Amino acid sequence: MKFFFFHLMPYADLDLDYDKKYNSAWVTLPNSYYDPKKGHALYNRYLDELEFAAEMGFDGIGVNEHHQNAYGLMPIPGVMAGALVRRTKDCKIAVLGRALPLLNAPLMVAEEFAMLDNISGGRLIAGFVRGIGAEYHSFGANPAESHDRFHEAHDLIIRAWTETGPFTFEGKYYHVNYVNTWPRPYQEPHPPIWIPSQGSSETIEWASHPSRKYTYLQTFSPVTVLARYMGLYRQQAEKYGYEATEEQLGWSIPTYCAETDEIAVKEARPHIEAFLNKFLRMPVEMLLPPGYLSLKSLMGVMSAKRDIGPGGKLTIEDVMQKGMFLCGSPATLREKLEQYQKEIGFGYLLPTMQFGTLPHELTKKSTEIFAKEVIPYFRRKDAAKTVRAATAGR
Amino acid sequence: MAGQESFETVNKCKTRLMRGGKGAPMIFLHGARGASAWLPFMDKLAETFELIVPEHPGFGGSDTPPWLDNVGDLAYFYLDLIDHLGLDGVHVVGTSLGGWIAAEIAVRDTHPLATLTLVAPAGIHVKGVAKGDVFMWSAEEIMKRLFHDPKLAEKALAQPVPEAEVMIQAKNRLALAKLGWQPRLYNPDLYKWLHRISVPTLILWGDDDKVIPPQYGPAFAELIPGARLEVIDKCGHLPQIERADAFVAKITAFITEAAR
Repeated sequence: MKFFFFHLMPYADLDLDYDKKYNSAWVTLPNSYYDPKKGHALYNRYLDELEFAAEMGFDGIGVNEHHQNAYGLMPIPGVMAGALVRRTKDCKIAVLGRALPLLNAPLMVAEEFAMLDNISGGRLIAGFVRGIGAEYHSFGANPAESHDRFHEAHDLIIRAWTETGPFTFEGKYYHVNYVNTWPRPYQEPHPPIWIPSQGSSETIEWASHPSRKYTYLQTFSPVTVLARYMGLYRQQAEKYGYEATEEQLGWSIPTYCAETDEIAVKEARPHIEAFLNKFLRMPVEMLLPPGYLSLKSLMGVMSAKRDIGPGGKLTIEDVMQKGMFLCGSPATLREKLEQYQKEIGFGYLLPTMQFGTLPHELTKKSTEIFAKEVIPYFRRKDAAKTVRAATAGR
Repeated sequence: MAGQESFETVNKCKTRLMRGGKGAPMIFLHGARGASAWLPFMDKLAETFELIVPEHPGFGGSDTPPWLDNVGDLAYFYLDLIDHLGLDGVHVVGTSLGGWIAAEIAVRDTHPLATLTLVAPAGIHVKGVAKGDVFMWSAEEIMKRLFHDPKLAEKALAQPVPEAEVMIQAKNRLALAKLGWQPRLYNPDLYKWLHRISVPTLILWGDDDKVIPPQYGPAFAELIPGARLEVIDKCGHLPQIERADAFVAKITAFITEAAR
């Protein structure tokens, strides 16, 4: 199992009483709630945390993309990734945006990712997403075109990376006479592609296709939902006539590690509860504009989302019990992860080690304990497995 | 009385229609919420007209054809449907989204039309006059803002929504987004074409319309040559529901006068 330290970069200084006046930290929360001086400190603090994770030996670090909200301050994740590639040496850098349907010129993503891949010498992992529903309100992008635009923009980018230009791309939404991307990506044929999703059978069907075999990343979902979608990916791969590997499956989950279970819960509680009830807060009309999900998926996700939807306040116990938040001592986290990994079989774990209002010192402490006492356990296991496989192959 | 349900296939799109009454033909083009049921105002119109109520492609019991991208597609579809049904001298009445479609039909071809009635139509944008955000409002907020009389909203909200209707409303919202998410419920070119409308035109608006503000009425009236603007008082975005008698009376009077 490989570990990626994943950051959302929330506006942690948010006045948490905003919800007395506004119903969401997205779309309609006035940006007067944002103080650039505090933002300056936060950006630099968060970049420090990502660099610290790289020093601590995480296999990779990951940045995120969201727009016009207090939940995540990375509307242009390439800016963060650009700062990080020059400050890290060996670790992978995953950009888990880019929200393709929001863009009028998706070729810019081909360029941005190719630049990062060149500067880093091939350490980039390219994420493609549709963005979340709120962003279709914020950008005036049509959610009813979301799926079609995503697929077409993806095809355009892959062709820009793999075909000699200039060539003509003739799509419904994008028609470009001279596709000729400079620079070309460093990795051959292109950077690995990850598809973060909150769970969709259509996405899995597409990502697992033999022509793609992209890593499917389940984000912030109950562990039972994770198991269901990972199972679906494997079944779909079988239908396509191949066996999915662990590298095709990943899980992104808020994580907190401390000296004991008791300390972990005590220290994490206010911050994860702020994340759940303040930063994630949005009405369903914002979250799921028409067409963002197919009519078929809509009914399914509506029922699953009841778990984290608006309305009732969520507690740390709620999310720990559902396996949506990893929180505890190193021994507890080792045990849980080993069990989940055995049952579900994912190859990548992306712990979000800063969430909500979690301050720098606690983020750093948790990151360090996790890196020193959880990650090595799985490295030793993987090494033993490799030796066994090599011996068996003799 | 209830409308007779039937299906017609035009441009490879199986389309659900309800029909009732006898007289000059009238097509009623529904708004964003569809036309799954035969309503009291339809009965009233059917006393004077042969009323035809199609569900737009993409809505309710009609197919969602692969060619459906924008309101212009629907305008040509309805011109084809009018041909297909062999109608001539047809009175076209459209409300809200349906009013937008009706205007787009009329700028393309008024030959088969006798009159045009636009009821709180979408389709144009007046700078600085925002329409209500029907995509951001909750189901409850939508109901409250559709009507002038809060009791009507309360009554509508108190009624249980059957499972099948939930699916139809989700389908209708998807079609509405496809046609009108961006630019929001208008065609940036339509205002340039409205001068082409050469049949008698009535524009009807509720004085307390919170979805498309009544300021849009004069804007339409200025753009359509000879159009008559009438405002119904104590009325929200759905005059055909909230003030059905006034709605039917004004349309009937306008059509009678136009025939003189």
